[in-house]
Amino acid sequence: MPFARPFAILLFLLALLGAAAAPARAQSPAEIVPTMFDASLRELEDAVAALVATGDPAVVPVLRALGDGNLYETDAGGIYIFSGSGPILDAVTGEPVEGVVEGDLSRIRINNSLRRDVAAAIGNLTLMSENDRTRMSAAREMFSTADPDNIPLLEEAIAAEENAGVRAVMEQARAAALLASGETLTEEQFSQAIAAIASRSDRESLAILTRNLANATTDTQRTAINAGIERINQALAIRDVAQNVWYGISLGSVLLLAAIGLAITFGVMGVINMAHGEMVMIGAYVTFMVQEVIRTSFPGAFDYSLAIAIPLAFLVTGLVGVAIERGIIRWLYGRPLETLLATWGLSLIIQQGVRTIFGPTNRDVGNPSFMSGTFEFMGLMITWNRLWIVIFAAVVFALLLLVLNRTSLGLQMRAVTQNRRMASAMGIRTPWVDAMTFGLGSGVAGLAGVALSQIDNVSPNLGQNYIIDSFMVVVFGGVGNLWGTLVGALTLGVANKFLEPFAGAVLAKIVILVLIILFIQRRPRGLFALKGRAVDA
Amino acid sequence: MITKAVLRALDTKAVIVISILVAVAILVPLSNLFLPVGHPMRVPNYLVSLLGKYLSYAMLALALDLIWGYAGILSLGHGAFFALGGYAMGMYLMRQIGDRGVYANATLPDFMVFLGWQDLPWYWQGMDMFWFAALMIVFVPGLLAFVFGWFAFRSRVTGVYFSIISQAMVFALMLAFFRNDMGFGGNNGLTDFKDILGAPIAAPATRAALFSATALALAISFLLCAMVIKSKLGKVMVAVRDAESRTRFIGYRVENVKLFAFTVSAVIAGVAGALYVPQVGIINPGEFSPANSIEIVIWTAVGGRGTLLGPIIGAILVNAGKSYFTGAFPDFWLFALGGLFVFVTLFMPKGIVGVFVSAWTALRARRASARAQKGIGSVTPGPDEPATPRTAPDDEAAPHGAEPKPAE
Repeated sequence: MPFARPFAILLFLLALLGAAAAPARAQSPAEIVPTMFDASLRELEDAVAALVATGDPAVVPVLRALGDGNLYETDAGGIYIFSGSGPILDAVTGEPVEGVVEGDLSRIRINNSLRRDVAAAIGNLTLMSENDRTRMSAAREMFSTADPDNIPLLEEAIAAEENAGVRAVMEQARAAALLASGETLTEEQFSQAIAAIASRSDRESLAILTRNLANATTDTQRTAINAGIERINQALAIRDVAQNVWYGISLGSVLLLAAIGLAITFGVMGVINMAHGEMVMIGAYVTFMVQEVIRTSFPGAFDYSLAIAIPLAFLVTGLVGVAIERGIIRWLYGRPLETLLATWGLSLIIQQGVRTIFGPTNRDVGNPSFMSGTFEFMGLMITWNRLWIVIFAAVVFALLLLVLNRTSLGLQMRAVTQNRRMASAMGIRTPWVDAMTFGLGSGVAGLAGVALSQIDNVSPNLGQNYIIDSFMVVVFGGVGNLWGTLVGALTLGVANKFLEPFAGAVLAKIVILVLIILFIQRRPRGLFALKGRAVDA
Repeated sequence: MITKAVLRALDTKAVIVISILVAVAILVPLSNLFLPVGHPMRVPNYLVSLLGKYLSYAMLALALDLIWGYAGILSLGHGAFFALGGYAMGMYLMRQIGDRGVYANATLPDFMVFLGWQDLPWYWQGMDMFWFAALMIVFVPGLLAFVFGWFAFRSRVTGVYFSIISQAMVFALMLAFFRNDMGFGGNNGLTDFKDILGAPIAAPATRAALFSATALALAISFLLCAMVIKSKLGKVMVAVRDAESRTRFIGYRVENVKLFAFTVSAVIAGVAGALYVPQVGIINPGEFSPANSIEIVIWTAVGGRGTLLGPIIGAILVNAGKSYFTGAFPDFWLFALGGLFVFVTLFMPKGIVGVFVSAWTALRARRASARAQKGIGSVTPGPDEPATPRTAPDDEAAPHGAEPKPAE
């Protein structure tokens, strides 16, 4: 039915406006808008009808501005949208205009009847739009306003709607409007309305039902509402669990990124690298530098900043790692506790160095456009940057697995982890493996820094905030096994997020730390310990 | 038996160190209180408090050295015991304020009134009595160390793993003490003290007395550690440090030895914290920060671990350096501290004392060999200089290679 919708709109508007004549042919908005200049109310009505007749959703801002009293004209004949603050927009293009000042503007005045017409017309353009998303958001908006005047519009739209998802929202909007109208409804209408609203099962619908519970007149109504509330609460509880799991996975993936490099170096060399957090910090600052260069030289390429920062951060921190290993750590073989102290000293130096160069304040690292904003998935609000970090962590993890299990370097690293002396006897150059391992671990820390720069403040203290958590993941998960780190990170992340609602963020963290300390008593070598007598030094 | 142990502990070096500490405990307050202001030999007021602070740090470093230098346990959470002792003392001092606080509440400290609390929490009961507070200063850190160590050592959590979980412990405590609900003043900690044992805390005489107490406490701790180390138990500790599995196979209960050393060390640290708080006038959760605990390790390492004198020298030198640098070049301090860490671990594994000891031994060996070359005819060496180079005595045993080897 290609003609049905425009035809319906037209018919509806004719009835609504009582317009004498519909325009013979559909004009473009650019032709209609200028006719609003110095127009009488009657001429404005015609212009509105003409705008609606275009069926173009692009005219909605103009109509909305007219209805809200934000549409202005100048003596020169221009029509502009101005909301009292912000830029003055051209009514046709919607672009900010230069050379028009607030003093030139005079408001285009309308009366109440025209205002109602405009509201109805907007509803029509949006509820009847070709675009599913536009109709959906219009229906959502009408649910929030719950204006009884919209009921006929909604009924019209429901009848014409083909998309089941959009129709459901429209029905919810109608139900909300019906309940808000204050009319006496039949029991059937009432229970249908309640069921429609309950099917949304979010906090907003809960609020509507709770409000109506106070106004309910009969017992059956009360039972219906209570059943609806019960249903919403159950759905909310399930969603809370899902939300916590998601937050937990998100936190866990951050922990995984921060800890996995540590796990590799610890597994192979038996050394906790206290400067690991500073590698993460350097990775974040590399991202900052890349974005600075792009901002000043190639502003258009901002969305690709991370694509440049990721390999660069890996290289920079990897090289720093190799330098640290060659410069300091190789002199301390067999003395893991002293290595721990030397790397801590190093972390102080790096931190202070970054503080001296970049200053102690937070640096601004932006999100590329594909990483900003949120979307809704099965009622869960998911931010894009968190989702990308989860994906990124998974990719890094998979790549590391590949490196460890499918390359000769990985084979040598595993050999050294399992039995250093035997590996050395078989001709593996263990010092070289150590250097490469340290470089790899530091490089992965740099990658973690790129990811963390997207969700956390980039400051010289960035690494310190994660280092203890990373230690916990490593000792919990056990060394020499990447899966241990994965399970450790996700377990700690999810457990943390599930404890938070009951205990608060700080107490949750304390509980987790105490649990890990107790856990280490049971399994001194972590969840996935290497078996065999060689491990027990 | 105790006198025997004390006498055994008092070799020449111990007598010298303890005599110096006692002399300092007497002379510094005397010079501060009785010499006229402006006299070149007078120790100014601020220096008395500062030195007192250094000496309490020295005690803390000594406590760490007992377990790290002699039993091979590297605790990265020793600040916890120091801070707990400090909090116990702080609670006593808070209760001494009485109704002189801002809110003039006779029992509740100001921050509790501010939070709207009605009653004193149970763990604050009795802290207005000094004897009880003193008991808690010893008991709370000791108990925590005992429980923590009991779990850790029985499960054979060793090496790096122990370091990390001790750091987790101090981090958890820091987070806990930052909470207002804990009833320890949250972020601000305990401060604004007025009296200690009835004496105004800011008065020069009280400060001097606190200094003396700290110096004497350090001397007593030194003696205590010397006693432990010279005993048979001390020998077993060194054995555990150098070859834990072997010691266990011979039949020693390694976990009990470690637990004893750890608990004694925590108690010394707690007393050090209790002496620290009245001299600086505040205790807050920052004392629990993991970075502070690691700093204790560097004092010990700089001075020389595995020697009893080393940590004292290290703590005083590093903190004097810190006081100087943070005043003169604030941006430079972290570079200096970090560089010190790297330098000491790479080039001076035995610390300052270790360097002097080996220089001294080398010098004696050279002299002895020179003499032997000169007088080939006379075979008998001098009475106090043996011809063969003396090996380092037990308590200066090289900590080199002390840790268990990494997982192989």
